[in-house]
Amino acid sequence: MSGTFVGMPTFPKNAAKAVQDSQLRFNLRKATHTIRGKRASVVGELDDWAELREAGKTIKDHTLRHLDDYLIQMEEKVTAAGGTVHWARDAAEANRIVARLVKETGETEVVKVKSMATQEIGLNEALAEEGINAYETDLAELIVQLGDDFPSHILVPAIHRNRAEIREIFLKHMAGAPKDLSDEPRALAEAARVYLRQRFLEAKVAISGANFMIAETGTLVVLESEGNGRMCLTLPKTLISVVGIEKLLPTWQDLEVFLQLLPRSSTGERMNPYTSMWTGATEGQEFHLVLLDNGRTSVLADKVGRQALRCIRCSACLNVCPVYERAGGHAYGSVYPGPIGAILTPQLRGMDTPLDRSLPYASSLCGACYEVCPVAIDIPAVLVDLRGKARHTRAEKAGMAAAGWVFNRSKRLAKAQRFGGRMRKLVPKRLPGPLSGWTDTRDMPDIPAESFRDWWMREGKR
Amino acid sequence: MSAAAREVILRRIRSAVEGAPEAEIVRGYKGITGEPGDVELFAERVRDYKAVVHVVPRAEVAATIAGITAQRLLAVPEGFPSHWYAPSEGETDGVISTCAVAIAETGTIVLDAGPGQGTRAQTLIPDYHLCLVREDQIVPNVPDAIARLDATRPLTWISGPSATSDIELNRVEGVHGPRTLEVVIAIG
Repeated sequence: MSGTFVGMPTFPKNAAKAVQDSQLRFNLRKATHTIRGKRASVVGELDDWAELREAGKTIKDHTLRHLDDYLIQMEEKVTAAGGTVHWARDAAEANRIVARLVKETGETEVVKVKSMATQEIGLNEALAEEGINAYETDLAELIVQLGDDFPSHILVPAIHRNRAEIREIFLKHMAGAPKDLSDEPRALAEAARVYLRQRFLEAKVAISGANFMIAETGTLVVLESEGNGRMCLTLPKTLISVVGIEKLLPTWQDLEVFLQLLPRSSTGERMNPYTSMWTGATEGQEFHLVLLDNGRTSVLADKVGRQALRCIRCSACLNVCPVYERAGGHAYGSVYPGPIGAILTPQLRGMDTPLDRSLPYASSLCGACYEVCPVAIDIPAVLVDLRGKARHTRAEKAGMAAAGWVFNRSKRLAKAQRFGGRMRKLVPKRLPGPLSGWTDTRDMPDIPAESFRDWWMREGKR
Repeated sequence: MSAAAREVILRRIRSAVEGAPEAEIVRGYKGITGEPGDVELFAERVRDYKAVVHVVPRAEVAATIAGITAQRLLAVPEGFPSHWYAPSEGETDGVISTCAVAIAETGTIVLDAGPGQGTRAQTLIPDYHLCLVREDQIVPNVPDAIARLDATRPLTWISGPSATSDIELNRVEGVHGPRTLEVVIAIG
């Protein structure tokens, strides 16, 4: 990714623009509905899905409760297996560590496996400033990088692009792309294969993330489809993995739960084509693990919000979300779009910008995300909690305080209702000034002449 | 620098979880069966990924491989049983390997760099991969496979040929890994 989300307007503004783009809406609808169906059918094959989900949830909660112990164990095991462990408090520190490690190899080019953590910290941009070129090797990431675009989905970052658009991007920006390239997915994949093959064989340094880390053994786990992950993880002499501290699992056995939950939730397959697992320096490689905090410990400190750290980045919540399906991923202004992004981004970045404050409202609270979440993150509950924590205007706070005062005592409410009933003829159909925003798109409800309570007191006793 | 960062992160974690309730792990899901895996189910699930599958008695394995490789010359990793395949010298256009474990429920083959499997790169770079699976290596599900494997070995889990769904979520077989996966299952 070469763009930046900094300075984006609020979610409603972004979304209003996105819904005007009929091509985008068509692409998203087609993609999310296809993957929804696939997920439902493979999840339905396992009659112990509810139990797997409960295990996934409790394993993650247990790990987070003892995260300090498990991180220390992970560090010991990786070190014992010949790897080097680095700790990074924030994005800048992680980027500095990676840049230094790359420079120490004397190389100026690195290949990358798709990784959310390195996108989150803006690693490619940071490396570019140090004179290091990072080449994304996942097909969708490549499409995003060549098109100088933003990712719009966790799993399929180029989901907003259709085949014709991808062909255009390849012809314009991919060196050596065949002039007669068609827009057949097979031909486009072949072009990417040819373009990247030499790069894989020549690369001396690779950078990856990881889906899981096993504290008991010091093992890292990467799930993928194309084989670009295997290429990057096995061929280069030096491997640097940047991994969020919440990616830990205590034991090797715990992986049996997540290898069932993740592929079925994510790509809707019984298993993804390739999964690589390695422990420390493997087959003559040099291995560095960078453990990343970057806001995760402050999420951990929040009693309600900490459940967001269970997330295994499957993106099932994006695919079922009615808001995501219409607004698209870019509107969220973060590498984490959709329902999970709406609770993760404001917690990781804080709610200092109008965009980040608007994210907890990017939901109708329908709960579909909670239902499909393989680790049972109660996204609606966290959204409501964050809405309470977001900064509100003085007028809104005063209005809410006044309403609270009235609703708190039944006598006050009765008086207010009677007053409203008498004034009902005077209430305009459209509200004046800043309140007109409400009545522009909604009808002002009619105020009844008499409240139900008063009617009941009068008529109900007969 | 890194030592300071380590202490700061660990301190942040400890203060963040202080007083949080203990979280017990609940394992109500189906665990290890310890039973043999279903060969037919495994073959069907591997075929679902568009791989080519042959199920043959052990005595016919050599003849089956000979038939498959009539038009090909495959690289042979160290430790591959020579009575099944022993090619002449020359330029190869694919690779043959054994495996460590196979999972029926998911149609997955796991390589652990043991005898006959080679390094991770050996089964990755060629465009064609022929994998030999013995019946006794097939287990029913993922927990059975995890129990049989050693985490500290380099492991590659393979479920069908390389694929991508990045273009309009259309599955296309064959991007960077072998574009063709062929599996011979030896029964008996």
